[in-house]
Amino acid sequence: MLTGEQTRVRVAASLARRYRQEFLFRLFGIVSIVIGVGFLLFLFTTIIGNGYSAFWQTTIKLDVMIEESVVDPDGSRDPETLAAANYARLIQDALLEVYPEAAGRRDRRALKSLVSTGAAYILRDRVVDDPALIGTRHSFWLLADDEVDMLIKGHVEAGGDEALRRLSDRQVGWIEGLQAAGRIKKRFNTQFFTAGDSREPEMAGIWGATKGSFFMLLVTLLLSFPLGVAAAVYLEEFAPNNRWVDVIEVNINNLAAVPSIVFGLLGLAVFINFVGLPRSAPIVGGLVLTLMTLPVVIIAGRAALKSVPPSVREAALGVGASQMQVIFHHVLPLAMPGMLTGAIIGMARALGESAPLLMIGMIAFIVEVPNSPTDPATALPVQVYLWADSPERAFVERTSAAIIVLLAFLLVMNATAVWLRNRFERRW
Amino acid sequence: MSINMKAAACVAAVVIGGAAGLPAQAQSARDYISIVGSSTVYPFATVVAENFGRSTRFKTPKIESTGSGGGLKLFCSGVGVGNPDITNSSRRIKQSEVDLCAANGVADIVEVKIGYDGIVLANSVSSAVYRLTRAQIFLALAREVPDPDGSERLVPNPYQKWSDIDPTLPADVIEVLGPPPTSGTRDAFVELAMEGGCKTFGWIGAIKGQDKNRFKSICHTIREDGRFIEAGENDNLIVQKLRANPQALGIFGFSFLDQNEDTVQGSFVDGQAPTFDAIAAGAYPVSRPLYFYVKKAHVEAIPGVREYLAEFTSDKAMGEDGYLADKGLIPLPNDERLAVIRAVTGLEPMTLTRN
Repeated sequence: MLTGEQTRVRVAASLARRYRQEFLFRLFGIVSIVIGVGFLLFLFTTIIGNGYSAFWQTTIKLDVMIEESVVDPDGSRDPETLAAANYARLIQDALLEVYPEAAGRRDRRALKSLVSTGAAYILRDRVVDDPALIGTRHSFWLLADDEVDMLIKGHVEAGGDEALRRLSDRQVGWIEGLQAAGRIKKRFNTQFFTAGDSREPEMAGIWGATKGSFFMLLVTLLLSFPLGVAAAVYLEEFAPNNRWVDVIEVNINNLAAVPSIVFGLLGLAVFINFVGLPRSAPIVGGLVLTLMTLPVVIIAGRAALKSVPPSVREAALGVGASQMQVIFHHVLPLAMPGMLTGAIIGMARALGESAPLLMIGMIAFIVEVPNSPTDPATALPVQVYLWADSPERAFVERTSAAIIVLLAFLLVMNATAVWLRNRFERRW
Repeated sequence: MSINMKAAACVAAVVIGGAAGLPAQAQSARDYISIVGSSTVYPFATVVAENFGRSTRFKTPKIESTGSGGGLKLFCSGVGVGNPDITNSSRRIKQSEVDLCAANGVADIVEVKIGYDGIVLANSVSSAVYRLTRAQIFLALAREVPDPDGSERLVPNPYQKWSDIDPTLPADVIEVLGPPPTSGTRDAFVELAMEGGCKTFGWIGAIKGQDKNRFKSICHTIREDGRFIEAGENDNLIVQKLRANPQALGIFGFSFLDQNEDTVQGSFVDGQAPTFDAIAAGAYPVSRPLYFYVKKAHVEAIPGVREYLAEFTSDKAMGEDGYLADKGLIPLPNDERLAVIRAVTGLEPMTLTRN
């Protein structure tokens, strides 16, 4: 037995050590957080630093004469004739007007390549929409080629050995001339947010992949949330306690840890080869991702149900509610925020997934923007991968821009879920 | 809450029901061309597809990047709208694949040779250009090489510096970044550069006649002691790493050299620089033909296949000054191209004994 004095001495002796331990532990925590935040900041600064310039696109102002003899030689204003005309020639003529000295075939090719090949299609769409333009002279801001874009944005240097550059001294001279005449301007890159994929960086857009991801996640959400909630409620509230239920539980927990590529193979075998759904379609992607997210939703749902205090159940049973009424009127509303959190985690993982999509043909070049879950489509992470693998320099910034869009998509999705959770949240 | 749940359940039921109803619809028609295959041909095929989609009334073809082998496997899995119409390949179709096709009812295949691709060994422009022979490439990268004392036996690769192989080469540590074995570029590099160099040792060449597998394992096995670094399928990454490490060499396709000539330079192989003209003339030794294969049975069934073929083989695409050349494809010589056009317009089925 220690006396009061002895205790005091012993406590005083160990006090400094215990304070030091606590200080070290706190320090350790702070260091961990600082390292984590540091990595996050590094990630964001590199991605945003590389990608923000893709939101602007260099354009060249040219006065294009829409010659009737080129666009509509028989004067019929038939949309099909208008669509088939040679608009690239109109643009070339407009360029030659600015630089008449580019006479030879080689020079003309070099001059023509300053403007994107896609500009002709955009001009075509303008004329088809508004045939009144035919026969008039109009100035258009046309998309510049990606090489010009890179030069204007300072991603490539104009100096150094000419043979090692993609733009010749001549072309650089022309570009500087256009710049001096105020004909070059960086404008907001609407194309990037409205178009599907393209092999020309200046024509490439993220909208196709965004919609593909959206359709896929819609299918996933509509299937995995109701199924997951129903399974969780049954297992937690109704299932008898026997060996079969144990087996099912163990399997669900294991499924949550299965690598996603396995679900891709399963999807290929079942949905494409057996059921006969089309390859590359978001509906198949959504079904595969449902298989992947379902265990996560079930596990989170069960945890949320478990956390509802027994007093709530007992009180409801006590005033005469049936088991069904207890669950649907009291337990489920209280568990809903936790279930939504589980769904968010599952969906966020599904959004970033590309491995299972490889097997079902969604790693593909798709120009047309999908309009339904059965149209061919890619997803955002796949688009990032495809662009990162393209040889053109201008795809480097577009890859980062696509990552920014992916992160924004994730943020919007999570914000919606948090808002929903707060709406359902009930305190007791 | 329960009403919300019911609504969600209804929506889910509609989605599942819709999915179940789809197969009939999906099988009955497909109004776009479905293409699979090589990731090397992908950057070229996609340009053609895009131009085709924008300039005709047909939809833009869908192109999956599955690799040559994976593409041919999908291609040969049968006839019908559920199967792809065209597969791209960075090598010629093999007899085993033709047999697989035939077994699944894919009888007539039209072969289209689209041009050549060069494989380059490049380093950063801040270093000196390498002038290598294929024999030196083999000695630098093989796992086992002939004994440096000249006797006819194999020893584990002893070379650590380029100057160990030949005193005229730089005294830099051998460090080569290249694609992994799953890549078609790696296959072609091993076959053209490594085997080409390997055969220059007469006694190894003699093994080929006796024991083909042994010959292959000598010539095709790349060293694993860290001098050769597998850098993943992403050629852009290799280019970036070369920029950061002037000592290293990288292996990738010509189109990446073409797009990054301001930062990397191609090494001479057997006295030839990897230039557009040298590859087109067949003088640069490490180059390979690229192909795509078309299912004849699908030409009439799927709208636009004939027109896509016409676009691909047209002068403005595949010609000497065509847009594919701008993307780094080395065009076919004129007479060969005319032969391809003839075969395509007549839809002549291929036979492997030709060529």
